[in-house]
Formats: sequence, structure tokens, C-alpha cells
Amino acid sequence: MLEITNLHVSVDGKEILRGIDLVVQAGEVHAVMGPNGSGKSTLAQVLAGRDSYTVSAGSVRYDGRDLFALSPEERAREGIFLAFQYPVEIPGVANIYLLKAALNAQRQHRGLPELDAVDFLALVRDQLKRVGMDEALLYRPVNQGFSGGEKKRNEILQMAVLQPKLAILDETDSGLDIDALKAVADGIEAMRRPDRAIILVTHYQRLLDYIVPNQVHVLAQGRIARSGGPELARELERRGYAWVEAAAAGTGAAA
Amino acid sequence: MNAVADRPLGDYARLQAALPGQGLPWLERWRAEALAAFAASGYPTLRDEDWKYTSVAAIENAVFDLLPPAGAAPAEVSAKLGAAIEALALPGACLMVFVDGRYAPALSRLDALPAGVTVASLAETLARAPERLQAWLGRRQFHASPLAGFAALNAAGFADGAYVHVDQGVTLAAPLQLLFVASAEKLATHSRNLIVAEAGSRLDLIEQHAARGAAGYLSNVVSDLAVGPGAAIAHYKLQEEGARAFHVAAVNAELQQGSRFASASFAFGAALARTDIAVALAAENAECTLDGLYLADGRQHIDHHTRIDHLVPRGTSREFYKGVLAGAGRAVFNGKVVIHEDAQHSDAAQSNRNLLLSPLAEVDTKPQLEIWADDVKCSHGATVGQLDPEQIFYLRSRGLAAAAAQTLLTWAFAAEMVERVPLAALRERLDRLLRARLPQSGETLEVWP
Repeated sequence: MLEITNLHVSVDGKEILRGIDLVVQAGEVHAVMGPNGSGKSTLAQVLAGRDSYTVSAGSVRYDGRDLFALSPEERAREGIFLAFQYPVEIPGVANIYLLKAALNAQRQHRGLPELDAVDFLALVRDQLKRVGMDEALLYRPVNQGFSGGEKKRNEILQMAVLQPKLAILDETDSGLDIDALKAVADGIEAMRRPDRAIILVTHYQRLLDYIVPNQVHVLAQGRIARSGGPELARELERRGYAWVEAAAAGTGAAA
Repeated sequence: MNAVADRPLGDYARLQAALPGQGLPWLERWRAEALAAFAASGYPTLRDEDWKYTSVAAIENAVFDLLPPAGAAPAEVSAKLGAAIEALALPGACLMVFVDGRYAPALSRLDALPAGVTVASLAETLARAPERLQAWLGRRQFHASPLAGFAALNAAGFADGAYVHVDQGVTLAAPLQLLFVASAEKLATHSRNLIVAEAGSRLDLIEQHAARGAAGYLSNVVSDLAVGPGAAIAHYKLQEEGARAFHVAAVNAELQQGSRFASASFAFGAALARTDIAVALAAENAECTLDGLYLADGRQHIDHHTRIDHLVPRGTSREFYKGVLAGAGRAVFNGKVVIHEDAQHSDAAQSNRNLLLSPLAEVDTKPQLEIWADDVKCSHGATVGQLDPEQIFYLRSRGLAAAAAQTLLTWAFAAEMVERVPLAALRERLDRLLRARLPQSGETLEVWP
């Protein structure tokens, strides 16, 4: 579903990603881990189409197409969803309006009719219960005045309503108390399907106690320093990131 | 004498015979004084501090008719114009229509007014009961207004307007819509409204200026409002003049003990528009709220000058203006709050926020606080910003097109002012106008909130 080849990305002339290779198949969950500043979030943002980054080399194919030929909105309509690390507040725009506009943009793109108000509300209410969100938050401006946990749950709600093919979750677990973490993890786990791929970007292993990934990748200094199964995450939890970084620095020097 | 002012002066002197109130010595004297004042001042220039950013050279150089074309008396308004005006009427409101500055009773609807309320044409009232007006008209010193020349021209040349008098303790349940429609090209109209709310009365007023059939003209209007003790007036000004029109307006309110005045100015139309709102908190415990929203696109120039005078202790004023500037649009906001020496325990807050959508758009904002008392609570602030790229990216990452994201965020910024309007029918109308006027609106949003 997603094929990243030798991806180099820089911001303000500074190279953040220095040759990423990653293949994610439908039905798989991949965890991308790494210390702060390793380029995890950059990878997530570039895949969603943020334009403040410069792709200097490499390619990304999504469902066989050149991802970089698509605008952010085209990517969204084609089924890519990014759960933001810092969900953005939009004063004056009701949460439920954004859900509806996003879903309709996607349905229209696929040649489907708009959902009528009754079906739409039923769909949203159903998902709302699953992520444990208060219905009142639907009618408040997007993310404005939401607690940290409410913002993260709101991202999961959007994801659940939009049912993406490729979901990228950027540190969705950060800053959550244990109840919110459980709710968010359940929401993500419920999204697992044979025709969907999920990329979990995370600093900590604790989210992976709830969602067991097919593969774990460790990013260090803009490269994937190590890949493995779920046991790699537990090793990181035990040993920290320093040994991977040291190894990466070693390879970097050798190259 | 100002040479430039010669031509209009001559015209206005000749116009006198056609104006209402002939044979009323006090009015004739007042009009003559106004002409003399204009002769002395002429039109304001960029050298006047209050007109530093707004040139009226285009008005000065234009040639206007001072009387509507013969045979176009409002009574004979065409069916087409009548239908267009009907569409402007606000559901549920009492309606007073003025076409090209003249009252059009056939298009107006005043039957639902309660007892104790007088709503009449000013011209008609000058003919039938001038004594009701004498104490009020000319009470405000036109030469003291920053509108200067325009206020003088209005006094010298006003042909009609609304006279509204609400008796003590009477409440108008339905809003009163004063609808000024321009249909004649090149016409200069001077309209004058006098609104008197006696003690404890309540009134919601919508002063709307629109064009149907005309694009370029001058509309110069003065509205004086007297808010009696414990009375409450809400004044909504809706300016959607023609694309080449000049709009100059003054709103003057005087607040008595414990009264409330809520003003909201929505400025969407005209090529050049200037609105001055002056509020005097003349007795204790009076409260005013000044809201505003201006949109300038293309080459529009929209200027608001507001002045709130806290003259006595314990007055409260709140001011909140927002502006959206697109294309080569330009706006001026000058908000002055003066806390006079005796006005202890005054409470004043003022804020102006602007959204610039284009590198060619411009806003000159100047919130001003002048404080002569020492025990007061005052704040003011102004911001000029652009759409937030983080918000745009967030919306695009959810599938909204870039243009739709911009339209939605611009709408959300401006709609805050519309949502503050408590009258549902007016709020709906304003929101529809706002959507239609937003830059690159139309098809950009599949579905509106």
C-alpha cells in the first residue's frame, strides 16, 4: 500500500530525513519509534502533504501512485489520514461541521452521494460512543477549549468517521492519562482491518501494550536504524534509545 | 470662501425651495447656518486628522443630481423595483421604505405598530407637526461632528427620513426596519432620521442601505438617537450600497440614566464608505455596545470612526470591530474612547481585529483611549493578521480544498460578529450576505456550516 524509497527531506536547508526505506502492506500495523528529533513527525507530516518540508530525493508510492503528485486534500480523499500530534484549534467552525465536510469531500471524490443528516448523525454518535467522547463536543468549535485527551480522542473520532485506507497516528499517545490512552488505543485497534494499513509514530512503548504491531522501526538521525518485530519495542523500553543512536552514528560515519 | 465648495453651495441654495419645512423660520435658519458652515469648511481633506486615510476627492469631483428624476415619485415605483424591495424586507419586521431618499408609503408596512409609537416620514412630520421636531432637530451641533462638511450638507439638504417616537414604557416587539433603496443613478440623497425613545421604552432598529437599479450615487445620512432614562435601543446598520456608490453616515446617540444602546455596523458595500458613530454617556449607569464588521474587496474603501464619551460616572462601554480585507480593499478603523474628568468608575473596553487576505489589502487601525479621570477600568487593542497556515493544512488534511479551507476560515472569523446579533431573522440575512460577499466564495464550499 505504501512504499517509501530512499526518502530525503529537509526543512530550512537542514536535512531531517536522510534516506528512509519503508514498505507497509495492507492489513499491517507498523510502529515508527525513535528519540526526539529523529524525524518521526517529519515523516508523518510529509506523508500527509505539509508543504513546509522539501523532498530533496527519493519517492513515495501509495497504492501504486506517486504520492507527491497529490495535494494534501487529494491524499485525504484517497484515504490517507493523519492524526496530528498537536490537533489544531479552529475557532468558529463546529466540530460536527468539519466531520461532515470531510466525509462529504471524500464521498464526492468517490462518486458517492452525500449522507443525509439522519444517517450522518447516527454514524457519528455510534463512533462517539466508541471513543468515549461527550456529544456536546460535537457542537463546540473544532478542538477549541478541548483538554489534551479530548483533542486526541477527537482525532480518533475523525479517523473512525472517515475510515481511511492508510492511517498515520503521530504521537497520539503522548500526554494522555491511562484511561484516555486505553480509549485511544481501543479506537485504533478497532480500525485494524485486512484492507487498511496503520502507522503508529510514538516515542514510548506503552501504546504497543494495547496494539501489537506487525513491525517496529527505530528512527535515528533521519534513517531507519533498526527494524524488527514487537520484541524490538520492548527492548527499546528496557535499554532506551542510546544504543540505537550510537549504532546509527557508527553507520553514518562509515557511510 | 472655498472655491471648490462653490458649485455644490450654489446647487444647494437653489434646492432649498424643493425641500420640506418651508416657512418654518427655525428650520430655515438652521439650514442657512449649515450652508454657511459648509461654505467655511468645504469637504474634508487628508489634512484633517479625522480624514487622514480617507480621501473624498472622488465625491467632490463627481456631479450629482440633487433631485430624483421627474416622474419617478416613490408612489410610482415600478413593479420590478417593488418586488426587489419586497425581497429586502426582513420577515416579521415593521418596514419603512425610502426610495431615492423619499418615503414610499405604498411599499411600507407599519400596521403592526403598538399604541404609543409614532413612525412617520420626517418630511410629512415637518408639514403636519413641526413642533414635535423643533426641540430635537439641530440639537446636535453639526459643526462639532468629525463629518464636518457632510453633516452640514445633510442639514442643508435633507429631504426626508424617519421620525420615530416611542412613548414612555412602550416596547416594540417587532424590529423596525428603515430601508433606504437607491434606484436613480448619479443622485445625491441626504436623509435624516430622528429616533426618540422615552423613559423605559425599547426598540430594535435596522437601518439598511441598499441599491436596486443604481450603482453610482451619494448617500449621506444622519441618524440621531435619544435614549431616555432606562430605555434601550438596538441600532443595526446594514450598508450594502451599490458597487460605485459613496456612502457617508453618522449615528449619534445620547444616553440618559440607566439606558442601554447597542449599535452594530455591518459595512459590506459601496466604493467609498464612511460611518461615524458617536455615543455620549450623558447620565450615570448608562451602557453601550458598539459592534462592527467591515468587508473590503476589489478597490473598496471602508472607514469607521467611532467616539464614545464617558461624561459622567459609572458608564460602561464595550466596542468590538472586525474587518476582512481582500483584493486591494482598504479599511480605516478609528475608535476613540474619552473618559472625561468627572467620569469616575467608568468601564471601557475596545478591540479591533483585522484579517488581511491579500498583499495589496490595507488597514489603518487606531484605537484611542483618552482618560481624564483616575479611577477607571479601561482596555483597548488592535490586531492585524492573516489566515493561519496550520489551520489551512489541518482542514486540507481532512479533505477540504485549499480555497474551501480559506473561505471557511474567513467566514468563521467574520461570522462571530453576525452571531452576536440577537435577532434571528436579521442574523440569517446577514449571514447570507456575508457568504455572498466573501472573497472567492460561491462554489468553494460544497456545504456551509
